Amino acid sequence: MTEAVLEIAGLCKRFGALLATDNVNLELRAGEIHALIGPNGAGKTTLMQQISGVLSTDSGSIRFLGRDVSNLGVAARARLGLGRTFQISSVIPEFSALRNVMLAVQSRQGTSMRFFSSTRSDRSLIEPAMENLVRVGLADRAATAAAEMSHGERRRLEIAIALALDAKAFLLDEPMAGLGPEGTKALTNLLSELRNVAPILLVEHDMDAVFSLADCVSVLMSGRVIASGPADEIRKDATVRTAYLGGGA
Amino acid sequence: MTRENVVSIVLLCGLLILPFVAQAAGYPFYMTLATRMAILAVAAVGLNIALGLGGLVSFGHAAFFGIGGYAAGVIASHAMNGEHLLGFAVPASMPVAWLIGMLAAGLVAIVTGLISLRTSGVYFIMITLAFAQMIYYFAISWPAYGGEDGLSIAMRNSFPGANTARPSDLFLVSFAILLVVLLFFWRLRDSRFGAALQAARQNEGRVAAVGIEPFPIRLVAFVLSAMITAVAGAMYAELNRFVSPSMLSWTMSGELIVLIILGGVGRVVGPVAGAFVFVVLEYWLGGLTERWQFFLGLMLLAIVLFSPGGLMGLLAGKARHD
Repeated sequence: MTEAVLEIAGLCKRFGALLATDNVNLELRAGEIHALIGPNGAGKTTLMQQISGVLSTDSGSIRFLGRDVSNLGVAARARLGLGRTFQISSVIPEFSALRNVMLAVQSRQGTSMRFFSSTRSDRSLIEPAMENLVRVGLADRAATAAAEMSHGERRRLEIAIALALDAKAFLLDEPMAGLGPEGTKALTNLLSELRNVAPILLVEHDMDAVFSLADCVSVLMSGRVIASGPADEIRKDATVRTAYLGGGA
Repeated sequence: MTRENVVSIVLLCGLLILPFVAQAAGYPFYMTLATRMAILAVAAVGLNIALGLGGLVSFGHAAFFGIGGYAAGVIASHAMNGEHLLGFAVPASMPVAWLIGMLAAGLVAIVTGLISLRTSGVYFIMITLAFAQMIYYFAISWPAYGGEDGLSIAMRNSFPGANTARPSDLFLVSFAILLVVLLFFWRLRDSRFGAALQAARQNEGRVAAVGIEPFPIRLVAFVLSAMITAVAGAMYAELNRFVSPSMLSWTMSGELIVLIILGGVGRVVGPVAGAFVFVVLEYWLGGLTERWQFFLGLMLLAIVLFSPGGLMGLLAGKARHD
């Protein structure tokens, strides 16, 4: 078994009386897609925010690439290679698709304190950015402002941004949400290839997508992981079926 | 050439040529008006870095404007009386005044920025206002440099190769500063730093998620912004041969914001267009009625309602954001 890229142990988060994350243990190994499923309010997004650093952690640890990142901020974790997409697409609306990705390239190069040279003709930014737009199939939309892109395109743009960060792990929060069947299919294919670039921790409600993609599934209920294991086992698991899959899945 | 470039060049050439035409035609006073436009435009270009690019609505830039003004005034008065300043014989030279003004404003901006940039929105506006008011009352209660009465500059500081007592020379120096800061703003906007700053204005969470900390980016922008506004303040004091706490008052901060909104937020020559309209209204309408600011208010209202891109939006179309 390969060593875990992302290792979460005993993670807790409390909001007042609500235990939103209750002693969660989770591992993400190289080359795999690990899906996180559970009903609304189960604490999936809270967990994702704790991993990405938006929310602090009350107890437990988050190890990424063998390093404890529990006390690092969002930007520091991103620089280490945690590439994140948001539940509601989060891009720079007035920037073109290309400039959105260029921002990630510039971050990876660690050069945001350059004041004079224009980015408009900077090939060291444009070329890698364009490459990543091509990988997600947005090459012909490079000059379009993110605000004017379709919902599905913004989803893919976020993935291109994560790719440009040279992510060592992807955290994808409901990437299929709001996509039509065509869009879901295209994105499923993209994610399937993406796992070879870096492992994916995937929060998703679309069960067809989850079970066609995931190697591993964890089921979250009221902040606890109630089941975790290979995808086919979870599909058969009786507690999961009554808790979440409605018995019929 | 884009329409924005054409409009920019026409505006700047107009500002450069018209006062000399007026002078030749026997209206030398326009030279002073044009100098005032150029200086206010420089101050607004400074604020435009924080406000236009970074979305940081500083309601305290009068502090930096006034600090620059006092730098010029203090140096001139010490040189006049042959006194040393903090143990140094500081030459009565404009570049020295700019440098000292920039340093002082930069230091104040670092301290106030470290605190105020932890807030956003209306809290940021109020904190920057509060800091500026503190400096305003400090100047009022500091008798060494005139306190409430202000400080007259008997003889303007010098500039190499120019006779700063001559209005046209003072104008050319001011105009040259304007060109330099416009060039700086333009390069900054398209730079990597500018990309991060503008991105942080639009979506702070996304900027952090790609690994760029928004805070230091904003702090640097705030400090650069303050330093440019300080140079404008120094020139403003030279022009009026007078510096007083009124340069530090909150109405001055408001005027700078008005200039930017009139001209076009975040547009390179927006502050020039804004300063042009502002000074013209102030002069002509001010000659007709004391209540000229009523009409300024109407104009501001019309711009905000019908052309949110300001005069540059009207003249040159929407800003390019690719």
